[in-house]
Amino acid sequence: MVKIIFIQPDGQEQAVEAEPGVTLMEAAKLNDVPGIEAECGGACACATCHLYVDEAWREKTGSPSQMEEDMLDFAFDVREASRLSCQIKLTPELDGITVRVPAKQF
Amino acid sequence: MNVEAFSGQSAGGEGPIETDVVIIGAGPVGLFAVFELGLVDIKAHVVDILDKPGGQCAELYPEKPIYDIPALPVVSGQELTDRLLQQIKPFGATLHLGERIDELERLADERFRLKTDAGKEFVCKVVVVAAGGGSFTPKRPPLQGIEGFEGTSVHYSVRRMENFKDRDILIVGGGDSALDWTLSLQPFAKSLTLLHRRDEFRGAPHSVEKMRELVGQGAMRLLIGQVTKLHGADGQLEAVTVKTKEGEEHVPVDVMLPFFGLTMKLGPVADWGLNLNENLIPVDTEKFETSEKGIFAIGDINWYPGKLKLILCGFHEAALMAQQAYKYVYPGKKLLFQYTTSSSSLKKKLGVA
Ligand SMILES: Cc1cc2nc3c(=O)[nH]c(=O)nc-3n(C[C@H](O)[C@H](O)[C@H](O)COP(=O)(O)OP(=O)(O)OC[C@H]3O[C@@H](n4cnc5c(N)ncnc54)[C@H](O)[C@@H]3O)c2cc1C
Ligand code: FES
Repeated sequence: MVKIIFIQPDGQEQAVEAEPGVTLMEAAKLNDVPGIEAECGGACACATCHLYVDEAWREKTGSPSQMEEDMLDFAFDVREASRLSCQIKLTPELDGITVRVPAKQF
Repeated sequence: MNVEAFSGQSAGGEGPIETDVVIIGAGPVGLFAVFELGLVDIKAHVVDILDKPGGQCAELYPEKPIYDIPALPVVSGQELTDRLLQQIKPFGATLHLGERIDELERLADERFRLKTDAGKEFVCKVVVVAAGGGSFTPKRPPLQGIEGFEGTSVHYSVRRMENFKDRDILIVGGGDSALDWTLSLQPFAKSLTLLHRRDEFRGAPHSVEKMRELVGQGAMRLLIGQVTKLHGADGQLEAVTVKTKEGEEHVPVDVMLPFFGLTMKLGPVADWGLNLNENLIPVDTEKFETSEKGIFAIGDINWYPGKLKLILCGFHEAALMAQQAYKYVYPGKKLLFQYTTSSSSLKKKLGVA
């Protein structure tokens, strides 16, 4: 299992566990993490699964594809750390990853 | 795109358009309803607020593959739409695009009267609500107080260009809508700023080139960043705060046009007395009829125990709906069950006899 720590805008932390191979978005939905809407069900077509990946983990998660960058244009308050969580697959190397949920999805 | 499937987009200048059925929504399920109704000799008009047919498939994922359409191992959202248009072509339904059905009421003679936001009226015997997740509507940036500026200083579409004459305009976004309106409004504007989060655009390359030329000539400004705050009062925008790489900038503007694509909002469907439950219309699973006789709901918009929001389920619902619709359109007439493979009358309707 891969451990993920979701931090809400008010600082509240929630640690969840998920199988390697599922996406970060799916891990959030399966564990009812608030603030991740994922309207399109992971098709990289809605940008409502937007979150910020903590600096320390950005190398391991890699950078967004062209399609994801294009979709990030539809997210709110996009930063360096912005990713669409449906585009990050969980691997054992990501065990312990810390991500922040934005204050608002579009 | 294959829109020839339809016999034109006639705007019935005077009086309402009289027809058998009005289908609200031209998503995959609304389109397939044309086919199933057509097989039993029922004529339909289809209305959609989008400027193209295909609903979610065409607007949200035209290029993405779908793997669970029976007998099509893989098909893209756009291809599915194009194939449906081809399949329903023999039935010559009329498609009314870019219009939203706002009103639906029952007339004294049991027929229905519908009216679009453009004032077009229909009178019909049966209504099929295939409204999916609701009307496609422009996305509203979640900026504090934005509602108060909408319609006066914040616009999601341009109806009359004159309203933008000699204004300080801010256009936000990086796709074709943002670029096209930048190029169209720039000659009229007092000043025009295009704001986008990155210096890369999804829009057509020649539009990007033209926009950069204008920037080069000093005729407009390109700003890379994101709006974080709106300033103004009484519906009149005075300035926005923009977060850029360098920090914050105060940009004086009196009009803002945000282009962040479309999302589905239930819209007028909620006002038609259909006993909505969590934004869905409850139906029976025999006829897919709503609580109102003669009004059916099929596809993503309906709910019944076991409902799955899948295209294939919507297709099934369309087939059963048509059987009951027949009873209302041709009261007292017996409907013979037939296969398209073998029935000569069905083949004639399909133009293959
Ligand atoms: C990214 C993504 C991937 C998907 N993948 C699959 C898949 O693999 N397999 C599958 O089966 N399904 C898939 N779906 C779901 C599928 O797209 C929907 O089930 C399907 O589009 C529903 O069709 P529909 O015709 O009921 O409604 P929609 O496609 O939602 O169309 C409804 C139309 O009605 C219009 N409308 C609503 N109200 C009004 C009004 N008052 N006046 C005028 N027009 C109105 C809307 O503008 C819209 O165009 C996917 C969805 C998404 C977003
Ligand atoms: S879930 Fe829609 S883009 Fe990720």
